Amino acid sequence: MGFFDKFPAMERADLRDLKKGIDSSFKEFSRSWGESIEAFFDPLFYFLVNFEKLLLSTPWPIIISIVAGLSYWGSRSWKLSAGAAISFLFIGYLGMWDNTMSTVALISVATFICIALGIPIGVAMSKSDRLQSTITPVLDIMQTIPIFVYLLPVVMLLGIGKVPGLIAVCVYAMPPIVRLTNLGLRLVDKEILEAADAFGSNYRQRLFSVQLPLALPNIFAGVNQTIMMALAMVVIASMIGVKGLGVPVLQSIQNQYLALGMMNGLAIVALAIIFDRVSQKYGKRLQRHREGGSDV
Amino acid sequence: MSDYKIEIKNLYKIFGPNDKSMVELVANGTGKQELLDKYGHVLGLKNVNIGILANSVNVIMGLSGSGKSTLIRHINRLIEPTVGEIIVDGENVLGMNHEKIRDFRRFGASMVFQKFGLMPHRTVLENGMYGLNIQGMASGEAEKQAKHWLNRVGLSGFEDRFPAQLSGGMQQRVGLARALATDADILLMDEAFSALDPLIRADMQTILLDLQAELHKTIVFITHDLDEALRIGDDIAILRDGELIQKGTPQNIVLKPADDYVADFTKDVNRARVLTLNTLSHETGSKEGLRLDGDLSIEQAMQQMVNSEYNLVTVMNDGTPIGQVSLSDMVGAISRPDATNSGSTTTYR
Repeated sequence: MGFFDKFPAMERADLRDLKKGIDSSFKEFSRSWGESIEAFFDPLFYFLVNFEKLLLSTPWPIIISIVAGLSYWGSRSWKLSAGAAISFLFIGYLGMWDNTMSTVALISVATFICIALGIPIGVAMSKSDRLQSTITPVLDIMQTIPIFVYLLPVVMLLGIGKVPGLIAVCVYAMPPIVRLTNLGLRLVDKEILEAADAFGSNYRQRLFSVQLPLALPNIFAGVNQTIMMALAMVVIASMIGVKGLGVPVLQSIQNQYLALGMMNGLAIVALAIIFDRVSQKYGKRLQRHREGGSDV
Repeated sequence: MSDYKIEIKNLYKIFGPNDKSMVELVANGTGKQELLDKYGHVLGLKNVNIGILANSVNVIMGLSGSGKSTLIRHINRLIEPTVGEIIVDGENVLGMNHEKIRDFRRFGASMVFQKFGLMPHRTVLENGMYGLNIQGMASGEAEKQAKHWLNRVGLSGFEDRFPAQLSGGMQQRVGLARALATDADILLMDEAFSALDPLIRADMQTILLDLQAELHKTIVFITHDLDEALRIGDDIAILRDGELIQKGTPQNIVLKPADDYVADFTKDVNRARVLTLNTLSHETGSKEGLRLDGDLSIEQAMQQMVNSEYNLVTVMNDGTPIGQVSLSDMVGAISRPDATNSGSTTTYR
């Protein structure tokens, strides 16, 4: 009966040895490879640091005009552009300018990395069913595994700082762009692809002149989701030493500073809304042809 | 036969994992249904041999599932055959490598699709330019050519619209202009007008015939509509269940249907419009009738006869009389075959 009363688990000593073995071998790995892996990410580090420096050293009126200008260029809406400018003025007035610049730098670089890696992976996935069935579970893991679980090995390897923070953000934020690129490409009308083939398109012509443009609505939804998820990671990234709006939020949790937490939290929300609306409007504007016409 | 632009020889297409091993079964008479039930393979085409005449409209006809759309896609190899040969200008398309087949599609054969296959994100002009872009033509020249062909199909002024802003008929004109712009000798039209309503369809047929009178392309035209086939076809091939049943001129198909399947197709056809005096012409006597050209349809001839006092036509060919057709010949010829079964004496030449 003993068999049914108690789950036949591993011996405690064995289990402890197993865990110890994994821990020590990972420590071994990080000791011998940590530096070269860190060196590998160096360019990323300098890119992020310099971008942040640039944002911080640029006079604020210029930044606000750039924000307003980009918002207008993306959305073609004066209202949105004015709203973005006013939000930034408020943020600055309430003393959050520097932190906001750090966060904007992190989010921009993270989004850029996610797009640069995610779209090609999505394209490759759309081409091969086998690749799709290999990558999909990986994406599931990236999205569902508790963040702290992968934060730990990253910190063990690379220490505390910007790069591990950036990696953590990217791991969490990349899946949507990969998934939606893959989906968008797979949903392109087969008849149109056949027409492209019938006129003798090669793979590149087909991809760039037909598939990607027609998958754009989905790809844009992916970019949008990626930005939103990156912003959601700001506070957690601050736990491993990333500067920005997450730091005061973390402090406010530890010290019960209600107002500080609120203000910085709302600043993150403001950034999210600006990024979201502008990117959505821009995506829609690229889809001019979908509007159809009643004038014929 | 050198006047064939395209020769399709012993072409088999079987869909399924072991298609090659099924060919022999099919060749030995395994039917479509049996192949599906017993072996789980779908018969697409069975031993098809067709010569496509150069510079003329070759119609391939059949009901849905007869394999006609599969067949046309073999010509530019959008579908790979199981076995067979497709010779275009003396070269086997099936022996071409990727590069060559791409060039053949770019320069040798262009295609028009049933559901138009236009790129929704490109304007009408950009769609017209598509084939030329793919060819690598400089964009200024491509734009000029595309505009020319859009103008020819009556779409001047619509260059900056998107396909979604056009009606079906206009969209298919874009499809036609896109195909003509590449200047390919061969034009593959897969049920190109089937999605259009009857009036627009007739319009498009007229546009095609007008263009063809000038361009003399080798056109392969797929349709399930016999009236369309008879109107535009110089030569008609009829497919059933992936097999070629009959091939011949429109007159031939109507007058001598190879079997009940074809006869069924042809029984509701307006014969007066299809049959010409030439086909009915025979020697009777020396009696002089209304002199009419042999290429006239019976319909046209009858209209002319009403306005004259003759009830006999002397058929003229290049100015010389070749025979005669009486009014009763004509009436006999245009009545439906099941109505003439009861001992009609009409004989056709």
